[in-house]
Formats: sequence, structure tokens, C-alpha cells
Amino acid sequence: MDIATQNLIFSVLKVALVIKVLLLGVTMVILAERRFSAFMQDRLGPNRTFYGGLGQSFADGIKLILKEDVIPTHVDKLTYMIAPIVMMTPALMTGAVIPFGPTIPIAGISLPFIGENLTPLVLQVADINVGLLYFVAIASIGVYGIVMGGWAQNNKYSLLGALRASAQMVSYELPMGLALVTVVLMSGSLSMNEIVAHQQETFWYVLNFPAFMIFLITIFAETNRLPFDLAECEQELVAGYHTEYSSMKFGMFLLAEYGNIITSSALVVTLFFGGWDIPFVDESALGLFGVILSMSVFGLKTSIFIFIFIWVRWSLPRFRYDQLMNVSWKGILPLSILTVVGTAVIMVLLKNFYH
Amino acid sequence: MATKKVSINVKSVKNDLYLVEVFRGLMLTLKHFMKIGAHAAYQAPLERRAGKISTNKRATIQYPEEKWVPYEKYRGLHRLNKDEQDRTKCVACEMCSTACPADCISIEAERSPWADEYPNDPKKEKHPKKYEIDILRCIFCGFCEEACPCEAIELTEIYDFSAYSRENAIYDKEKLEIVYELTKDGKYYQEGRSLDLEF
Repeated sequence: MDIATQNLIFSVLKVALVIKVLLLGVTMVILAERRFSAFMQDRLGPNRTFYGGLGQSFADGIKLILKEDVIPTHVDKLTYMIAPIVMMTPALMTGAVIPFGPTIPIAGISLPFIGENLTPLVLQVADINVGLLYFVAIASIGVYGIVMGGWAQNNKYSLLGALRASAQMVSYELPMGLALVTVVLMSGSLSMNEIVAHQQETFWYVLNFPAFMIFLITIFAETNRLPFDLAECEQELVAGYHTEYSSMKFGMFLLAEYGNIITSSALVVTLFFGGWDIPFVDESALGLFGVILSMSVFGLKTSIFIFIFIWVRWSLPRFRYDQLMNVSWKGILPLSILTVVGTAVIMVLLKNFYH
Repeated sequence: MATKKVSINVKSVKNDLYLVEVFRGLMLTLKHFMKIGAHAAYQAPLERRAGKISTNKRATIQYPEEKWVPYEKYRGLHRLNKDEQDRTKCVACEMCSTACPADCISIEAERSPWADEYPNDPKKEKHPKKYEIDILRCIFCGFCEEACPCEAIELTEIYDFSAYSRENAIYDKEKLEIVYELTKDGKYYQEGRSLDLEF
């Protein structure tokens, strides 16, 4: 079998794996959100469905699919139909560039059905050399889904939600980009795999704490989570951009939101916490066991950040709209510029003194 | 109660940075998460297996297994009291149905079977042949209880009663007396009793 066919087979398998993990992960994250938020408020949350409530998300999914799909008469039909898809697709696509394990050195080993393997297996759907850029580009497409949904519903609350989402995206994408610039300054590469490899060789980028904090805050805004969930803001805008969606269309908005949380957490881990790297352990010496261990560690780190997402949501109040803008343009943006400059200076000094 | 003075220093570097206060808020929710979460994940299943109802300080009541015990003056389902000779206290004076703002009590009086035993006692002369409360119309205001001159009708602590049909939601004399038997010691929920009527 030639390289092209092999790569195709492996790619399809990896795509299937990533999408399955994301979709199953979403159900678990929704359950986690509901139960953890309950614990934080001295309640119990859904604990009856299946063992300890594990089946709750599946039951909800079945309910959403079986519900009547109401399409109001005053909506812009085409945009109304497309919006959930536009929302959902980027949420699943961003997972493509995140490396979830070390490269498996199976080159030259004979495998069943595939024959002799020609290339090592990279545990990442697409090892493109502008992975970081790809992530930022695709993640910002997500806001189109919100804007389209808000526009199509033809009511003022949804439109306001969409408007806020887009304004928020504009103001928080800048500091986020600058935080990513610091990462690139440290790693010298846009490829996710190389960023992880560089962190493995040197240090986790979380040591650049300001950059990490800025990135974390902007990623909260990017995923439209509290304290930045002005796009759906129940108290002011009913439910914002998905007010008039019902059935699985609403479910898809929900899936996209939680899918974004998972990929964002994975991205934070990849960029600042060494990805699948286990500190002080040489994974490559452990063989296949090391691969499985690294993947589990990656999952663990991601879960911790998903927990932080949930934890922050149920602890902090929402920013007012003008506060949101102030925090971004007067607070985070200057700070992120300072961080970039500072990081650059420190990197130059490090290069001069240690090389 | 003395007024507690709270000073809020809005303008300060600490507050402008948000981070300190954000961290404090996060710690508070984490504390609750640990307390309730650890209990729900570990201790509660053990207790459930041992057949005990968890006694943790949480707001949720796991309804069918554990039940909320109402406070003393709670106005729930009605009951018709009986006297020491196991006769109904009600004298069918229709004061309750007159007081009822929802007009849900209907009474038919007749001469009581024990009227001849007490020829000079007007309280023993009549008793209700029919005493029906339409629970679907009742607003549980407790006026009937207040109007009753012989403490015959009372509202109990029972809150979980329901019916599958409108006919079954009409509580007649027998049902109301069964309710009396169940609640006369005031320990309906403490003893884990349940209404076993024809629904």
C-alpha cells in the first residue's frame, strides 16, 4: 500500500476518533456542568437517569430530537436553517489541529490490513504548519453562526445578542491574537506539534503567566461563556441569539457551545501546559504505554480546564456591556501589548546569554 | 436588630484589578462544590446502600425517598376530626361551607343516630349525611377551619395528594376520616406514612 492510501486511512480514523471524542465529550461536559453547578449551589443536580445521572445528556438529546421543530413564520428561512450548521461546523473543525498524543513510531512495522507502515503516526488530524493561525481563523468563524442566527430570527432580542457577540468577538480577538504572538515568540513556530515539542524541551509556557491569563480570559470571551456571555444574557435578552430556535437546532447551538469549550480547553493545554507532555518523564522511552499515558495526561489536563470553565461560569457575575468593552480595550489590550514586548525582550536576552 | 455597617471601597487598585475578588469568589464556590460534591459522590451512595437517607446539609430533598416535613401551621389536605367515642365532631352547621371563598364544601345534614342519647345537647343533634370537599376548587385558605365552632374540620400537613380523575379529587366523609386517622398524632411525614386511597 502506498503512502497516500495509508495516510488517507489513518486520517479518516483520526477524524472519526476526534469527532466521536468531541461529541461524547460534549454530553459529559453538559452533565458535568449541570451537576457541578448544582454542587456549587448546594443542590444535587440530575442524578436519576442511569447510574448517577450519566444518561441525562443522552435522554436530553433524544428529547430534543423528538421535539417539534418549530420554524416561526417571520424568520429568514435560509439563514435560519444554516445558522446552526455554521455554528456547529467550526466547533468540530477546530479539533483538527490539536495534537492529542506523541507521534507513534510505527514506520517500518507491519500492520494488519494496511501492510508495512511507511510513515510514523502523528496523533493529530492535520499537522499543518500554521496550526495556530488555523485555529484562530476557524474559531472566529463561529461568530458567524451567532450573527446569522440572531439576524434570521427577525426579533430585536436575538439581533441585540448577535450584535453584542460580534462586538465582543472583535474586541477580544485582538488580545487573544497578541497572547498567541507571545506563544509564537517563545516557540518560534506556528505548528502545534512543534509548540508542544518546544515546551517539552524547555519549559511550559504557563511560566509566562500574564500571557496565559490574557489568553484564558479572552478564550472565555471567545466561547461566549460567563462572565462574557452577553450574547445570550437571559436576564436582558431572553436567550439572545437562540431565542426562537427549538428542537435539535437549539441542540446544535448547545453542542457547538460545549464543543468550543472542549477544544478551547485543549488549546489552552496545548499552548501553555505542554500539551500531552508529562513533566519530568521521557514518554518516548516507555513505548506504546507511554503513548497511552501521554494521551491520558492530555485528557486529564483538558478536563481540569473544562472544570475551570464551569467553575468560573457559576462563580462570577456577568460584565455589563460597557464594562466588557472597558476591560478589553482599556485593560487587556494594553496589558497584552506589554506582555508581547516583555516576552520579546526576555527571549532576546535568554538567546544572548544561553546560546 | 442593629444595622450592620458595611463599607465598600469601590475605588481601589485591588478592586480595579478584579483578580483578587474573582479569586475570593471562586474559592467560595469551590468550598461548596467540595462539601456537597464529595458527599454526593462518595458518602451518599454508601448511605443509600445501607438504607439510610443522607443527612447532608444540602437544599435538595430527594423527594420520593425523603420528604419535606411542613411547619406546624401548614395548610394542606383537610381532615374531619372525631371525638372520644369515635363519632364525627361535625354538627353539619354549614359554617365552613358559608365561609369558604371557593365554594368547594357541600354538606347535607341529617339527625344523628346518637341524638337520642343526649336529648339536651344541641352539639349532638345533627351530623353530616354527606360531607364533600372538592379539592380541585379548594384554595387552602383555612377559613373553614377558622369558622368551625366544634373544631371538626382542620387542615393537615399533607401536601402530596393527587388524583387521576376529577371524581377522585372529591374528598368525602370516609376519605376525610381516613386522613384524620393518619394525621391525628401529627407525625404523618416523620413516620413515613402515605395516603392509600382510591385514586
